[in-house]
Amino acid sequence: MKHLRYLVPLGLLLVLLYFLRAGLSLNPREVPSPLIGKPAPVFSLPRLDQPAVRIAKDDLRGKVWILNVWASWCVACRQEHPLLVAYAKSSQVPIYGLNYKDEPAAGLKWLADFGNPYTASLADRDGRVGIDFGVYGVPETFVIDGEGVIRYKHIGPLTPEVLRDTIDPLLKQLHG
Amino acid sequence: MANARIALCRWRALALSAVLACAGGWALANEAAPASADPALEARVTKLSTELRCLVCQNQTIADSHAELAVDLRRQVREMLQAGQSEQQVIDFMTARYGDFVLYRPPFKALTALLWVGPALMMVLGLGTLFVVLRRRSRLADAAFEADGADDAPNDPHLS
Repeated sequence: MKHLRYLVPLGLLLVLLYFLRAGLSLNPREVPSPLIGKPAPVFSLPRLDQPAVRIAKDDLRGKVWILNVWASWCVACRQEHPLLVAYAKSSQVPIYGLNYKDEPAAGLKWLADFGNPYTASLADRDGRVGIDFGVYGVPETFVIDGEGVIRYKHIGPLTPEVLRDTIDPLLKQLHG
Repeated sequence: MANARIALCRWRALALSAVLACAGGWALANEAAPASADPALEARVTKLSTELRCLVCQNQTIADSHAELAVDLRRQVREMLQAGQSEQQVIDFMTARYGDFVLYRPPFKALTALLWVGPALMMVLGLGTLFVVLRRRSRLADAAFEADGADDAPNDPHLS
């Protein structure tokens, strides 16, 4: 019984340490998106390279696709880009770019300089489609299924681990 | 001594520049708001903006922040209110896209219950423990306490 007065505070301390430790491993920048499992927002945007041609959400219905939000002013996109270019070569699904709040000329030059992994890039100059997708930290990557439902969202630059451990298995599952 | 004084000066300069930077930011924020013909609308936009978190700089509201996203979201708020939508509709619009995290005052529900009740619960627990311990001690006989030593004696030289 006498041990209890030492064991109880010790136990409480261990619980506290556990939560503090768990808190350290969380990333406060990663805000879970309420859009996962919900239909992607409806959009219709001009192509970055051909402003006269528009692409709408319904044009992509029936296929699984990846939406990668990028901008020429975005430093982390530069970091992510070589991985995306390499991934596009072997990818089973089309990757669409959302060129977020960017100058079209700057965006096109960026693609010419660093490679273009995108089936097409959509020009979201005023960022409204970005807001609909809940974009707050470029780059962001969404996986959208054939029904037009958002299945996954990654915030920040993609990594080989995310592609291998999360996105590829998800794509495989979606293709069933 | 001289070193301490320099350190103090530095600290003051730092504090002053921080205050100035904040004041400057504030002035700029006021200037940056697009002049709307309707001050009542502008007041509603500002009020609502102070309820919404800027997700880029997470400890600022979109009213305070200069991040591009905050500017865009303020524009969104203004447009929606201008179009005759209610405050609640704007809040629903934001939470549908960014989640409850966008709200500076998260709603009370199962997921956030601990957040709201936690601090009060901790205080009740702490005060309760204190109360129980003190009451138990007050009932103990004097013999249960050990003297702390000579210092604790009634004729403590430090007290006289």
